[in-house]
Amino acid sequence: MSDVDFVDWAMTLIWILVKIVLIILPLVLAVAYATYAERKLIGYMQLRLGPNRVGPKGWLQPIADTVKLIMKEIVVPQGSSKVLFIIAPILFIGPSFAAWAVVPFDAGLVLADINLGLLYILAMTSIGVYGVIIAGWASNSKYAFLGAMRSAAQIVSYELAMGFALVGVLMCSQSTNLGDIVTSQSGGILSWYWLPLFPLLVVYWISGVAETNRAPFDMAEGESEIVAGFHVEYGGMAFSLFFLAEYANMILISFLTAIMFFGGWLSPFEGLGVLEEWTAWIPGTIWLLIKASWFLFMLFWLRATFPRFRYDQIMRLGWKIFIPVTLVWLPVVAIIIKAGWLD
Amino acid sequence: MTFQVIVFYSFAAWVVFSALMVITSKNSVKAALFLVLTFASASVIWLLLEAEFLALSLIVVYVGAVMVLLLFVVMMMDIDYAALRQGFVKKLPFAIAASLAFFALLYFFITHGEFSAVHFAQPEAKSADYSNIKELGRVMYTDYVIAFETAAVILLVAIISAIALTFRGRKHRKAQVISKQLAANKRNRLKIVSMDAVVEEPVSQVNDVEEEGEDK
Amino acid sequence: MADSVNYSIISSEIFLLIALCVIMLVDLFQRDKERKLTFMLTQGSLLTLFIMGVQDLGVQETIGFSGHWIQDQFAVVLKLAIYLTAFISLLYARPFIRERNLMRGEYYLLTLFSILGMMIMVSANSLLVVYLGLELLSLSLYALVALQRDSNDASEAAVKYFVMGGLASGFLLYGISLVYGMTGSILIDEVANYIAVSGANLMIQFGLVFIVVGISFKFGAAPFHMWLPDIYHGSPSSITAYISSVPKIAAFGMAFRVLESSFGGADIHWTPMIMIVAMLSVIVGNIVALIQTNLKRMLSYSAIAHIGYFLLGLSIGTDEAYAASMFYIIVYALMTLAGFGIIIFMSSDKNDYQQISDLRGMGRYHPWYALMFTIIMISMAGIPPLIGFWPKLEIFRLLVINDHVLAAVVAIAFSVVGLVYYLKVVKEMYFTEATDSPNVSNSRSLKIAISVNCLLLVIFGLMPDRIYYYCLSAFTSLN
Repeated sequence: MSDVDFVDWAMTLIWILVKIVLIILPLVLAVAYATYAERKLIGYMQLRLGPNRVGPKGWLQPIADTVKLIMKEIVVPQGSSKVLFIIAPILFIGPSFAAWAVVPFDAGLVLADINLGLLYILAMTSIGVYGVIIAGWASNSKYAFLGAMRSAAQIVSYELAMGFALVGVLMCSQSTNLGDIVTSQSGGILSWYWLPLFPLLVVYWISGVAETNRAPFDMAEGESEIVAGFHVEYGGMAFSLFFLAEYANMILISFLTAIMFFGGWLSPFEGLGVLEEWTAWIPGTIWLLIKASWFLFMLFWLRATFPRFRYDQIMRLGWKIFIPVTLVWLPVVAIIIKAGWLD
Repeated sequence: MTFQVIVFYSFAAWVVFSALMVITSKNSVKAALFLVLTFASASVIWLLLEAEFLALSLIVVYVGAVMVLLLFVVMMMDIDYAALRQGFVKKLPFAIAASLAFFALLYFFITHGEFSAVHFAQPEAKSADYSNIKELGRVMYTDYVIAFETAAVILLVAIISAIALTFRGRKHRKAQVISKQLAANKRNRLKIVSMDAVVEEPVSQVNDVEEEGEDK
Repeated sequence: MADSVNYSIISSEIFLLIALCVIMLVDLFQRDKERKLTFMLTQGSLLTLFIMGVQDLGVQETIGFSGHWIQDQFAVVLKLAIYLTAFISLLYARPFIRERNLMRGEYYLLTLFSILGMMIMVSANSLLVVYLGLELLSLSLYALVALQRDSNDASEAAVKYFVMGGLASGFLLYGISLVYGMTGSILIDEVANYIAVSGANLMIQFGLVFIVVGISFKFGAAPFHMWLPDIYHGSPSSITAYISSVPKIAAFGMAFRVLESSFGGADIHWTPMIMIVAMLSVIVGNIVALIQTNLKRMLSYSAIAHIGYFLLGLSIGTDEAYAASMFYIIVYALMTLAGFGIIIFMSSDKNDYQQISDLRGMGRYHPWYALMFTIIMISMAGIPPLIGFWPKLEIFRLLVINDHVLAAVVAIAFSVVGLVYYLKVVKEMYFTEATDSPNVSNSRSLKIAISVNCLLLVIFGLMPDRIYYYCLSAFTSLN
């Protein structure tokens, strides 16, 4: 191996690392302020003020939380499996960050432009469940174990519906590359996939909420029944990793919904003449962020509005409603495509 | 030595290591987790073989679903690990001998004879826009459509028989019927009856209280 | 064209699959405990399939679906036999399962699924599709056997069947994989081509051993027969009647497609193996059947013996012998159905009457059915006016013609041994004193079914050439 080669390699490696940091850093910040936004929003929805003490209007609250969490000790419970106990949060956060590798922020603005982006996302979200299961098992606690069991059942069930919903996207776009999926939707708001795939959009969105263990599907945490579920024994940074991963997943789901059903970075005013010209200066990333923020807001809104589902209700919804709906809609999509109504 | 070779050997080492750990770890949950690691590393090797679709579906299907359910079961089992490990050391030489013999056999067949690598041309690397999914789909739905559909029917039979053998009907179960709950209205829950007010005759309560007190 | 998608050659399978889906949904929304509609639809679709099959008789050999599917006279005749026997077996089953909490839609569904598997097996033109058809058949049969969930015997039989069936499939698949490794193709035509060009080398012979073992396992031929009596005994009788008769026809189709169509060029390697298996089955089946007191077990061992005779035909390796084997297996299926029909007929209330001694007094109290049973037993033993005689005669004749005199002599000798236990049943019915009337069915449909089935044995016995004609036509069209 020659030296030039090595330098090439090193440069590539460093460049990739820089890109990763450029994605992860804003993501972590976004997570921090998503928690703030959530508390504020839910506060207003419930006629409260939310955090307003640290910094002006409570803006520094997330920073304070972070500092507090970092300072805390990680207590490893007695009789737990120590290595697995430590690994679990890492296993949870790893995939949820890794999934961002294929998310396109604008035309060509993506870390890894791979052909099977869609499948990669599906694979990464399905690995995440191990963090939960291992955390629940390694904690050596009944509550944690119950939470892990619930979470595993829930994620496996909803993954099916989610996968089927993605098949619809795949059929319409004829591609599994997320960038291609976005570009295949170009042509204005009516050619985005939310219209032909509306039932799949609903299924995907709700499954996404269930996959991220968010209210009203937060069975795995269920404060009122099993305290905090799978992470009941975790404190300090270990807990905050779970927290971080959960919010990163929420943001990811919001982005993915925007990318797959709402045209990603495409402007909603495409093909609208004057409006398109006036808004042409807005970069695609902004559009994507706006769309994703809306879905993130929906997540908070859901949490403030709905009571928690019961376990059997969740299973019923996943298996008996969502999967049949997607299975029925896929032939419809096939007919739509064959009839040429998409073009 | 190219980058691919380094990746191959490191992940091959992971496969071997984790596969060994699957059979040697003391705890069945850990064994199952090592199996997950084996699958994950094997999927990287498939990626190197340009079988991206298979690699990722290995993760989605085996790691994401099958192994989760397996862990589910394993975690709930009560296993006496000490009993399981009895005779481990005694049988170890035989196990090692058998696996070495098997390895030698495999090695022989890879290097010599009808199935050796010399008989097969090295497959060509595909270009970057070559789509695994399209190619698989094309083969499955044209050349092998009968086999594919038969396999689908087999799975259908598996579902039907699993339900037929385990589902015993909803006999003594209290399940909620959501449509019924939603259809409930005031009229069939609450009955308002108009009746005359009943005025009871005042009774001398003082005596009653005293008597009760005496009883106690 | 071999690689064109030609739906006309697979129309009956498509019809059955659609019918299955419809029946499944209809059954789901049925409140009727008797499942009358499901039953009628099932039998109706079998009848429709039969009519479709009759239309196809004399069809030209057509290969389609990239060479994975074949339609020829052979497949059509076997499918007709499958529909007919399955139809009769379901007639038998209905009164039996009504008494035993087996009257569930799945009974009919799984039966239809297994029929679909059998159709795929006999029409497959690639080793992969043969295997998948076999798995479809087996999986449905495992579930059928286990369908009587509260019976320990049935559950035990199902587990044994499952394990043994899995083992057999493993053998078969391993053999197929070796052959695939050598020839580079799973298409039967290409395997045959490879063998015609390069001959059968050691690796192919090695694979062949596994394939022969797998097939013998599936047939239940000795020395791979040990699972068969337990499973036939443990399963509910109506299911025993089904699994011991209809799938054998399909298994013959599979054996022919795999052994002759693919390895016809290498028949010096597999015919001796089949011959050994066949002789062992004849000997073991007939001898062990002698000492059975349970009618179901006796019939199981007699089934092993019958498979032996039938495999003898397969081991000769000429077209005429294949036709004789086919004739044998169809006749065997009809006889076996009738044989287990006796047990269903005798135990049509909650209890199971399986002992030979339970038949006591039949001659005196129910002379007509005693006559029917006698016809079945004599037909199984292979005595002239009845149908059971002719295929046996044909196979013995072909054995002698093709210089397997010793095998013929042994087979005939054991055929005489077989006569003993068949006649033991007859003796029990007529000559053993009985005080009580034996239990028989009240079901009129069952009475009609068993009478018709037995009369068919007589009628076909008087004109055996009708079936044999079609069997021969299957093979003359091949060449």
